[in-house]
Amino acid sequence: MYHKEKSIQIKNSASALYNNLSVLRIAPRRLTHFTVVHANMVNMVSASWDGLNYTHRQLQSKEPNVATSTSLIMQMYESDGSIMVYWHALDTPETPTAQAVFARGIAAVYENYICVGVSSGAILVFDVPSKGSNITLSEVLEEHKESITDMASECSGSQECIANLVTADDGGNLCVWKSGEEFQLLNKIPGFDMSCSSVKLWKGTAVAGYGTGQIRLYEAVTGILHAEINAHARWIYSVDIAPFSGLLLSAAEDSLVRVWHMTITPETNSVEVVHLHNECVTDTQICGARFCDGDGYAFAVTGYDLSEIIRYIQS
Amino acid sequence: MSMRTLPLVFINLGGEMLYILDQRLRAHNTSEDNSEKVMNDIVGTMFSKAFMDELLKPQQLYSHRTLKTVLTRLAHASIMRLNPASMDRLYELMVMAFKYQVFLCLRPKDLLLISYNHMDTIREFVKDTPMAVNQVDETHRKIIEAYSSLSEGELQLLRQTLLTFFQDMHVRVSLFLKDQIQNPNGRFALTTSGPVPHGTDVPGLIRIFDCRGREVRRREFRSGGSYTSSIREGSFELHGNRVIRLGMNMYTVDHPEETHTSRAPSVKVITYGSPNPLAKEELNLLARLMGSMKTENKPKDESGFRINLFNTDKEEAEFLVQDEQAASELARIAGQFEEEEEEEKPEKPSNNKGEELLAMMDDL
Repeated sequence: MYHKEKSIQIKNSASALYNNLSVLRIAPRRLTHFTVVHANMVNMVSASWDGLNYTHRQLQSKEPNVATSTSLIMQMYESDGSIMVYWHALDTPETPTAQAVFARGIAAVYENYICVGVSSGAILVFDVPSKGSNITLSEVLEEHKESITDMASECSGSQECIANLVTADDGGNLCVWKSGEEFQLLNKIPGFDMSCSSVKLWKGTAVAGYGTGQIRLYEAVTGILHAEINAHARWIYSVDIAPFSGLLLSAAEDSLVRVWHMTITPETNSVEVVHLHNECVTDTQICGARFCDGDGYAFAVTGYDLSEIIRYIQS
Repeated sequence: MSMRTLPLVFINLGGEMLYILDQRLRAHNTSEDNSEKVMNDIVGTMFSKAFMDELLKPQQLYSHRTLKTVLTRLAHASIMRLNPASMDRLYELMVMAFKYQVFLCLRPKDLLLISYNHMDTIREFVKDTPMAVNQVDETHRKIIEAYSSLSEGELQLLRQTLLTFFQDMHVRVSLFLKDQIQNPNGRFALTTSGPVPHGTDVPGLIRIFDCRGREVRRREFRSGGSYTSSIREGSFELHGNRVIRLGMNMYTVDHPEETHTSRAPSVKVITYGSPNPLAKEELNLLARLMGSMKTENKPKDESGFRINLFNTDKEEAEFLVQDEQAASELARIAGQFEEEEEEEKPEKPSNNKGEELLAMMDDL
């Protein structure tokens, strides 16, 4: 169904972090940006569609200021990584805790919000104006009690979905939100003390990957479990959806990437999932996997200690 | 990232260090008395209350050079001496072994079982010295107390912090190559077979439910691997069968070439000299750790003996060429520490700190 294409070399190897690959397709310029995190540095490579040009850029986090008591958690750049437009820091707690303050999980949410998850379980909601760079912190959502792992906004493009954000935490709990000046909590789906490391939202269905290797499909607003897949033998690090075709991608520490197809009919509440394809990245614990386009014609994969982005396209 | 890595780092790296030293001591036909003394001295220092209490404070995992400096000091807590090249090789072996264990453990919670495997074997090494056994037991209790409340997610964060620390290290270890747990390119072998972790189901099943939670359909899919159900869970108590084998002693007396390491040709070497904005914090940690190590047995006379991690001079020379930069960096750091120490804490009695460092520098 898919075959391997030429890999893209990156300047550093990928770190073992959940969802460690981002892909942004810029159709008007016929190129795609890929970003992979290595420790505290972001490796960016922009690949032209004709396969002839690769531009690399590295974004380093601003040096942590240990003298003051703040922890830098977020920096925002132009999409090509050229200019930093905003940064945000949080106060470090007085007494040291089991983990440092860090950010994890990010999503762009209708209409003009960017949400960022924090290790405390808080979610920072930033208001990003369509013009200018006057980004402000609009709200802090404090519903999760455990570290945020991932979050996703509704990707079907439909304005009819009531819920447009799902957030996940280390206890496997999912919160479902409706965005606005004040975000509204629509539902809370409890976890079973097993971390949900990656989550996506499509046609009102939350697709969640867990540390146990399971994938679950929940109807977001009601919490009804529609499907459960014993998908992987190790911790899942990434799930992704191609919204135009309903293809689902899952990748885990077991070195396997799997492609599935979902059929979701919200009107009849029916969900179907079939398995389509496997790819094995030998001896690699995969940490990122994303479709490169909305149809799922191609997907890209990163792995811990690997200095390349492996690509696959449909045969 | 996790602020709870240090105790596990030292127990596991220290444990690997003791396994290797034990093998080398026996390969050199060291007397029982001397061997026992070396083990007791190192274990006594590593598991001392002061040292462990420092490690247990929530803090970041700093650089390889800080870690190596402290481990060098630990290794020299006894009458045994290692030259810099041997210490460098020892460090590589220790780190690659721990990287292998962290990489391959089935689930994050197994990191604790790996640590307990190390502690169990260390207890065996010092079983004839009740005081040392007590220290190991006390430490074990503190570890159980500190870590058993961490969730699987928090332990995975700890594991990810360790993996980031070991990133890009692909030193080939002949024992690993021989056992085929490592490939010639330095990467570890990851099979798509064997038991699944405790709490995970064997992949291959899709279940569909209706609105009332009843299963309406199930379908199997080809998993592309040959996995089996999980085996029983190991014991997280002070004593017990850990079940998993990661963290147990891989070295035997019969194969001295097992401590041979080499770099794969195109592989990046650990760099020690990168600028670090946290250097001051790091040096503070170094100062606290060095200060907390007891030094009753610090010898200054010739009665110490040397052991070598190399079988021939040629081997050692080849290794040294690769690591000249590392050895001089270590000396520079040790010197820097001494200066900083004097600047910042003039009122603190020098204990043996200054002397220890001078002695260490003499050895270098």
